[in-house]
Amino acid sequence: MADTTLLEVHDVRRSFPKPGGGELLVLDGVELALKQGEIVGLLGRSGSGKSTLLRLISGLSRPQGGTIRYLGQPIDGPPGGIAMVFQSFALFPWLTVLENVQLGLEALNLPPAEIRSRAIAAIDLIGLDGYENAYPRELSGGMRQRVGFARALVVHPNILLMDEPFSALDVLTAENLRTDLLELWGEDQLPIKGMILVTHNIEEAVLMCDRVLLFSTNPGRVAGEIRIDLPRPRERTDPRFEDYVDQIYTEMTARQRAARADRGGLGTLMTHVSPNLISGLIEAVAAAPYNGKADLPDIASDLQMEIDELFPVAEALQMLRLGDLEGGDLKLTHMGKRFADAELNERKEIFSRALIGHVPLAAHIRRVLDERAHHTAPRRRFVDELEDHMTEDAAEETLRTVVSWSRFAELFAYDDESEIFSLENPA
Amino acid sequence: MRILPPVSVEARRLLPSRWDVVAAMLVLGFIVLFAEASRAVVAPLSSIAHSTLSLDAALLPEYALRTALRMLIALGVSLVFTLTYATWAAKARRAGTLLVALLDILQSVPILGFISVTVVFFLSLAPGRVLGAEFAAVFAIFTSQAWNMAFSFYQSLRTVPPELSEAGRMFGLNAWARFWRIEVPFGLPPLIWNMMMSMSGGWFFVVAAEAISVGPTTIALPGIGSYIAVAIAQQNLTAIFYAIAAMLVVILIYDQLLFRPLVAWADKFRFDNEDSEEFPESWLLDVIRRSTLMDRLAVPFDRFMAWTYRLTPPARGPAAAIRDAVPSRAGDVAWYALLAALALFAAFEVWQRLAVSWADIAQAFGLGAITMLRVVILIALASAIWTPIGVYVGLRPNLTRWVQPVAQFLAAFPANLVFPVAVFAIARYALNPDIWLSPLMVLGTQWYILFNVIAGASVLPRELRDAGTNFQVKGWLWWRKIGLPGVFPYYVTGAITASGGSWNASIVAEVASWGSHTLRAHGLGAYIADATAHGDFHRIVLGIATMSFFVVVVNRLFWRPLYWFAERRYRLT
Repeated sequence: MADTTLLEVHDVRRSFPKPGGGELLVLDGVELALKQGEIVGLLGRSGSGKSTLLRLISGLSRPQGGTIRYLGQPIDGPPGGIAMVFQSFALFPWLTVLENVQLGLEALNLPPAEIRSRAIAAIDLIGLDGYENAYPRELSGGMRQRVGFARALVVHPNILLMDEPFSALDVLTAENLRTDLLELWGEDQLPIKGMILVTHNIEEAVLMCDRVLLFSTNPGRVAGEIRIDLPRPRERTDPRFEDYVDQIYTEMTARQRAARADRGGLGTLMTHVSPNLISGLIEAVAAAPYNGKADLPDIASDLQMEIDELFPVAEALQMLRLGDLEGGDLKLTHMGKRFADAELNERKEIFSRALIGHVPLAAHIRRVLDERAHHTAPRRRFVDELEDHMTEDAAEETLRTVVSWSRFAELFAYDDESEIFSLENPA
Repeated sequence: MRILPPVSVEARRLLPSRWDVVAAMLVLGFIVLFAEASRAVVAPLSSIAHSTLSLDAALLPEYALRTALRMLIALGVSLVFTLTYATWAAKARRAGTLLVALLDILQSVPILGFISVTVVFFLSLAPGRVLGAEFAAVFAIFTSQAWNMAFSFYQSLRTVPPELSEAGRMFGLNAWARFWRIEVPFGLPPLIWNMMMSMSGGWFFVVAAEAISVGPTTIALPGIGSYIAVAIAQQNLTAIFYAIAAMLVVILIYDQLLFRPLVAWADKFRFDNEDSEEFPESWLLDVIRRSTLMDRLAVPFDRFMAWTYRLTPPARGPAAAIRDAVPSRAGDVAWYALLAALALFAAFEVWQRLAVSWADIAQAFGLGAITMLRVVILIALASAIWTPIGVYVGLRPNLTRWVQPVAQFLAAFPANLVFPVAVFAIARYALNPDIWLSPLMVLGTQWYILFNVIAGASVLPRELRDAGTNFQVKGWLWWRKIGLPGVFPYYVTGAITASGGSWNASIVAEVASWGSHTLRAHGLGAYIADATAHGDFHRIVLGIATMSFFVVVVNRLFWRPLYWFAERRYRLT
């Protein structure tokens, strides 16, 4: 029975209606299988549809195409044997820890005595004894997420879905909870048969999963699969562990480049990174000991940044052609080096040229402003254009990024009050 | 806690949508139909009133109790309305937009004018008996309470965090269980706060609704409102002071026995996970929580609710999945056609039955402009007085601790009880009613400005104030750059409520009497009051419609943009 397939996702497609009409494809042609005894990780940047996929699997929403089978049965609504742990915990603040955990059993029509004993058992298992009568707001983040786990485990699901369960916790607490969970899993104490973990944290994926599926963005597809053949418990310091992290890194950056080369028009998604961070990273890479070329995991630990925090900054450098990501290394370009040596005004100039040359949206806004007689344009105009290519939220974020960068570069001005772009410079 | 903005400013858009037009047509049609029904029955009913109430102070507790009970019943009705109407508005894709637009229009209808329209109708339901009048009074209070409660609950339903709903579905809770276990608890704290607000407003109307004459029909329900009416007719100032004292006691009791425990209890339903530094406290809730009696009483109820949740098997499968909205074109067309037909029918009815000339309309609008001028001047005056005082108080926690409850209490106190005292003074010194009756309009509503500004100033971040001190920002500069901007969003919400309430109050404030002496100011409120006294339904409806129009337009063109400006520019998060 060891290779019973718990879950099969085949050719799943999911899109959402766009505000202006039309459809926005979020997931396309997704394939996934979960076997008994497996932990599968879904790894990808935000906006790659991982969470959407999790909601499809849990039966909360339905795909427009393809099939999802749980134990051979198609899923058309929340099935009994799948439980989820949420990123934001999703605890009911007006219920105590015990009541929160009991909630999942109450809908099952079980006798009150059994509900209570099972809830208490789950609470004990997850290390919450003594907190039964506390309200969630009295607990720390880590303890709250433990309640989230207890609530999911108490219904004895076959599959546990985890939607970035550790990302709202601080580093130490998250590690502590991960270790406890893996220990219980290793000792076969959890009443579950398989887990799916959505994460954007590469090390977390390597630490926990048997297989990691890499998701590409826009639309989300499974772009690659990496099997993690490491004995448990895994050590982060193990060189093979580091190899896996590097390997995933390399694959993800390669894919990102490929994806960028594909499009590159207005539809390019941008994550907001402050110009200060960009300048800071350029300076750090330019300085000794890196002298213009740095290994990402190295410089991440040097700057005391999580690797996922560093990633968007490095990507911004890549986008602006101030740096180049290759094989997990970040290398400054000629312009990047000039930027590092320059004074503030020259930096602004370099930045401005990079924006016009390599950020289509920034160039587009500037062109529109130049062409118009009064040199102003409403924000709405660009949002509408962006929403042809991406979700409302993504459009919001992308525009915010361009505004922030352009302000630094003094490329154009934006008045949030009137929501109008202009060429005016207050100075 | 700060008061929530009223319905009208929720959306950002300025221009009326088709929905506003449809909703306005439906509400107007409804009022006209009501008025028509009333006109038909107004003659045979004549006076069903009690023999004159006695002004014996010993009877006051009974009167006060009756007044308080009317309030409680109306509050219950409003709650039922809220849970159904708001839920419908939030969940129905097609009807939702219209239901919300209806709320927006309804809350702009001057309730005091509306009472006269409904009174006769309700009397005709139970001819010759007091019951009809009681219905009318309860209905009047209901119309003053329900809209903002419904709106607050609607907003809560729309903002239930999706992951809470998802967790509920995941664990097999069906829609009924999700409503009571997730949606209602989530919406409870703002709902209770709005109930308190409604209650404050309600006292004003219960007092006005108890004693009312519509043409030949006179009603005097035993209660504090009627007591005051009799006291006015008999020019008995002592009795008026007794009534004021009795009302103070009633409001205090309500606060202690109902709202304080409710607010303290609802604190556990707060969604933000922060530990707040101050917990609302209630001695009564403590007593209840410590005794096991309440626990025991709650057990059967809990069991019953748990039983209802299990009536259907755990929600699995398609029933529990979140469905994509699949708009059916045919359904849409049918729905819009139906609405258009209804609105046209309502418009036709209004046109047919409301034989008003252009001159009448011009007159109503002219008077409306006068009343608007009054409201604007008075709100500006009240703002100029209470904003600096509010900031001063709010920055001093010790002062806030006792001024804030007093301000809230004053807002709850029905100001119309105090009118006779003012009218007595105006009559005595022969002052110009056009000027001196005006302050009565803001007598009860100005406190919203005060306590909102206090609330705003008391949450002004310590560090901002320290920075001001550090840079030696003082005097007028301090007010311009720190004090006023800091409380601005709070001030705006308070002023919106105060302005809306003042329009309503104009109906009782612009005409006032003391014994046989009647003072009359020019304005739309006096117009409606006169029309009511003469039982002239055409002019009542015209007056109500005009006033609603003014309120809606002022809200849209002035308060709504100001509110959003304040939210964007000055909200400290």
